[in-house]
Amino acid sequence: MVEKFDAIVIGAGPSGNAATYTLAKQGLKVLQLERGEYPGAKNVQGGIMYAHELEKIIPDFRDDCPTERHIIEQRIWLLGDDNYIGTNYRSESYNSDTPNRYTIIRANIDKWWGERIRKVGGLQICETTVTELIRDASGKVIGVRTDREGGEIHADVVIMADGVNALLAKRSGFQGEAAPENVALAVKEILFIDPELIQQRFGIKEDEGVVIEIMGKVTKGMVGTAFLYTNKESLTIGIGCLISDFKEGDCTPYKMLEDLKNHPVIKPLIEGAEMKEYAAHMIPEGGFKAIPQLYGDGWMVVGDAAHFNNAAHREGSNLAMASGRMAAETVIALKEAGKPFVAGNLAAYKKALDESFIIKDLKKYRELPGIMHANKQFFGAYPDEITQAAHNWFTVDSVDKRTKEVSIMKSFVKRRSVFGLVGDAIKLVRAMR
Amino acid sequence: MHIVVCIKQVPDSAQIRIHPVTNTIMRQGVPAIINPFDLFSLEEALRLKDKVGARVTVLTMGPPMAEASLRKALSLGADDAVLLTDRKFAGSDTLATSYALTSAIQKLAEEQPVDIVFCGKQTVDGDTAQVGPGIATRLGFEQLTYITKIEDLNLASKEIVVQRRSEGGVQVLKTKLPCMITMLEGTNTIRFGKMDDMFRAARYELKTWSRDFTGAEEAKVGLKGSPTVVSKVFVPKPRAEKAVMIQADGSSPDALAAAALDAIFAAQPKLADDLLARAAAGL
Amino acid sequence: MSEPSKPQGRKFQLPEHLKVYQNVWVIVEQERGIVHSVSLELLGEARKLADKLGVEVGAVVLGAEGPDLNRICGDAISYGADIVYKVTDPVLADYRTDPYCRVMTDVVNAFKPEIVLLGATTLGRDLAGAIATTLVTGLTADCTELDIYLDNRSLAATRPTFGGTLLCTIQTLAYRPQMATVRPRVMAMPERDDSRTGRVQEVYPNLQEDSVVTKVLNFIADREQNEAQLAFADIIVSGGKGLGKVENLKLVFDLAKVLGGEVGVTRPLVQAGWAGNDRQVGQTGKTVRPKLYIAAGISGAIQHRVGMEKSDLILAINTDPNATIFDFAHLGLVGDALTILPALTDAFGRRLSVNRMAG
Repeated sequence: MVEKFDAIVIGAGPSGNAATYTLAKQGLKVLQLERGEYPGAKNVQGGIMYAHELEKIIPDFRDDCPTERHIIEQRIWLLGDDNYIGTNYRSESYNSDTPNRYTIIRANIDKWWGERIRKVGGLQICETTVTELIRDASGKVIGVRTDREGGEIHADVVIMADGVNALLAKRSGFQGEAAPENVALAVKEILFIDPELIQQRFGIKEDEGVVIEIMGKVTKGMVGTAFLYTNKESLTIGIGCLISDFKEGDCTPYKMLEDLKNHPVIKPLIEGAEMKEYAAHMIPEGGFKAIPQLYGDGWMVVGDAAHFNNAAHREGSNLAMASGRMAAETVIALKEAGKPFVAGNLAAYKKALDESFIIKDLKKYRELPGIMHANKQFFGAYPDEITQAAHNWFTVDSVDKRTKEVSIMKSFVKRRSVFGLVGDAIKLVRAMR
Repeated sequence: MHIVVCIKQVPDSAQIRIHPVTNTIMRQGVPAIINPFDLFSLEEALRLKDKVGARVTVLTMGPPMAEASLRKALSLGADDAVLLTDRKFAGSDTLATSYALTSAIQKLAEEQPVDIVFCGKQTVDGDTAQVGPGIATRLGFEQLTYITKIEDLNLASKEIVVQRRSEGGVQVLKTKLPCMITMLEGTNTIRFGKMDDMFRAARYELKTWSRDFTGAEEAKVGLKGSPTVVSKVFVPKPRAEKAVMIQADGSSPDALAAAALDAIFAAQPKLADDLLARAAAGL
Repeated sequence: MSEPSKPQGRKFQLPEHLKVYQNVWVIVEQERGIVHSVSLELLGEARKLADKLGVEVGAVVLGAEGPDLNRICGDAISYGADIVYKVTDPVLADYRTDPYCRVMTDVVNAFKPEIVLLGATTLGRDLAGAIATTLVTGLTADCTELDIYLDNRSLAATRPTFGGTLLCTIQTLAYRPQMATVRPRVMAMPERDDSRTGRVQEVYPNLQEDSVVTKVLNFIADREQNEAQLAFADIIVSGGKGLGKVENLKLVFDLAKVLGGEVGVTRPLVQAGWAGNDRQVGQTGKTVRPKLYIAAGISGAIQHRVGMEKSDLILAINTDPNATIFDFAHLGLVGDALTILPALTDAFGRRLSVNRMAG
């Protein structure tokens, strides 16, 4: 007897969990299949949890969600070779009952999601890989096949939340291979350290957190960013660059991470910490232009598999959760109306996305990936020049300030020429609009 | 036929690390798994089930999170699962553990008599290999450990013939049910569960039994019922001296090898004589 | 494995009725007339413990009547026993749990030793758990170190836990006898002293074969050439993951051959199918104490270390100068095992054959 569900969700990451929970909560019969040994086993994130999106799905998540620290300070740093210039934003108002962002350890959150999903009646089965989608004569997706004997399962709709590789969608011909300049490879380590030290070094109290987003010379001229987050008793440090750049360059991701850890500005912050875990993962970086077909007859794509990542703001998991929720809401609406799950009806999912911050933000930054990829000076020349300029400016010597100003400007001009500087400014504006 | 398989959920010992500040075991974040040795016994039980149609009940004594291991066992094909859990069991050594598990097995036997109890050879966190023999002794079951093969099982006469790993060879033993068996590692490969077993395991309503329910006496479980006590836990002291690195003129393998020989013979002159004697004897 | 309770070992005082338990016993394992060397190692250890306590060493030998058993009793005395309990019965000819357990518990109850040691072999571990459960006493398995806390005359048994990352010391305070098993080659083999004298106490348990349900149908000996004789090898050359490919294991075999030694491997190689687990050296494999141990391409993880760190001389070869193995090896070579092994094979070959020709 073949099992039949209202929906099958493939993947137990943020988007898959959001979709499964939303469906189950509404009383639909939903099956979630995860290929890892336990939910989150194959998932890697920095990571930052965006409470606003999670509240929409599970308003009382704070009761038992194993977050690390709630973020009260955001730092953005531009690193030179042995220096940096940066900016901070800190606010006491984040010390409320409902903080806006938290640092998290991904595996713990997915495990928690699993428990919550089970509580609302969702069925989650792990260690099971979906090998292909089953279609009927007209090509409509009607279920999945797994790697286990007797693994044919039917559903009205299949939601693919299987991550950046989007294997299933690719195998089914719904999207093509991602271009290497549209995917980044990031590596990270969790460094174990005494919470007292974290609190001292970052100027925070217990439960308060700081996140540092880093750009500059640490990516060795390649398009990429780095980060350092404070967890309860550990620090997460990571760095990633476009795969296309790794291919051309000769620095391995791991070496890049080692150099980052040894950077004179970073090293004192992680002194004395012990490496507890190492992970690597790919991140969609193509933005709006890389978004694939999002739905069809009997299927939808959510999360990283849909290339939903806002690289400019390092926002991915909130887009994932929101898209998972929207996909689920589309399914719920159709089920209640008794309408079939064909492309024409599932288009409501795309409509919801278009009207939301997801597509709006991705559209805003649609030129950014392309411009960054073609303009490596933002990752080499500019970090150099800007940090040099800061150094020059803040070093008090007998040079008068006007001469300093002039020498700074001359340095920029020498490096990029006036034409280049103007061009860069225009490109940046285009990228951010 | 009714088979009970005792399993234990253990931290994946390959991933255990020591807290650099407090010198205790860091358990959080270390995934819990079914004790690998238990899987060989579980697989053997499932093969008997396939062969003669036995009913397999999986039993574990542990905290609530041990439920995950029971569901894993169900997803491989076990029919029923019992979680024996109670705060009073905390701190049990192997004597107290075999007592508690025996009380649960006796309770299971009230429903249907138990013919075989399978246990894992040993656990990767305790390594004692004592619980299986403890259960056999208490139940008065014939004890068969380090079994490499079940040659024959005759349900009518209740006779079983097994091969048992012994020093320098294999004993072929014949005995009668009921018996307790621990399988040697590497004797089989745990199967990849079928999809309908995965569904059944996910939907199964677990039986949770307390100390009270099985009738285990408080004085015989937990710390109170454990003759052995851990008086200290410590990090092994690293050896004071590190290796003397062998240097050679040049870094060619031959130069390094020659320097190594010199160093070896300098450190252990008797060894040189020894090797020569062995070489002379044509060994 | 429980977390440590309050350190109470030293303050605890033994209840009166248990003070009558005296002497340190070793259950001597013999099958088909051959004594397992671990029993002799344990006699050496028992001697040390008994001397600390000021008591005698007892050896228990079980089997069928015959010259083998008599010889074994003599051996036990030569290796340190003061008194040998010779338990004979045809039913004990082959090892079976039930008769051995019954007899041992009777003998223990009759003569009341305070400590009983067994080798952690298949026989020892099968028997120990059954005896401890019947006697309702404490048993500590796979101990790497045994000692006496004199304040309360208790046995302190130390063993690795959690995959060897930690050690723990375990005691059986309020029960007797205190039982422990020890793996082969962990304790040193004592010197044999044929001038030693001791008493032999005959015990006739008078068993009925009918009362034993398990029958031994057959014993199939292992074919010699298949099993590696690692445990007793004086020279061992071992390979680890640093070798890269299974084909490179040949270089380890070549060097072992020229040295007249045995080949060992680390657990990952066994798991990868490069060698059988009869060659595995380490916590879940064999413990070895050779005169020379050459470790090629081995990182030195604790699980391997505990299996070979008592070797007289350890030479480690590794490309990584920070490899853990250099923390406890005696000699270190930073380099590629793939080129150094053949160079060593050459060098040893020349050095040893030159002398052979000369001698």
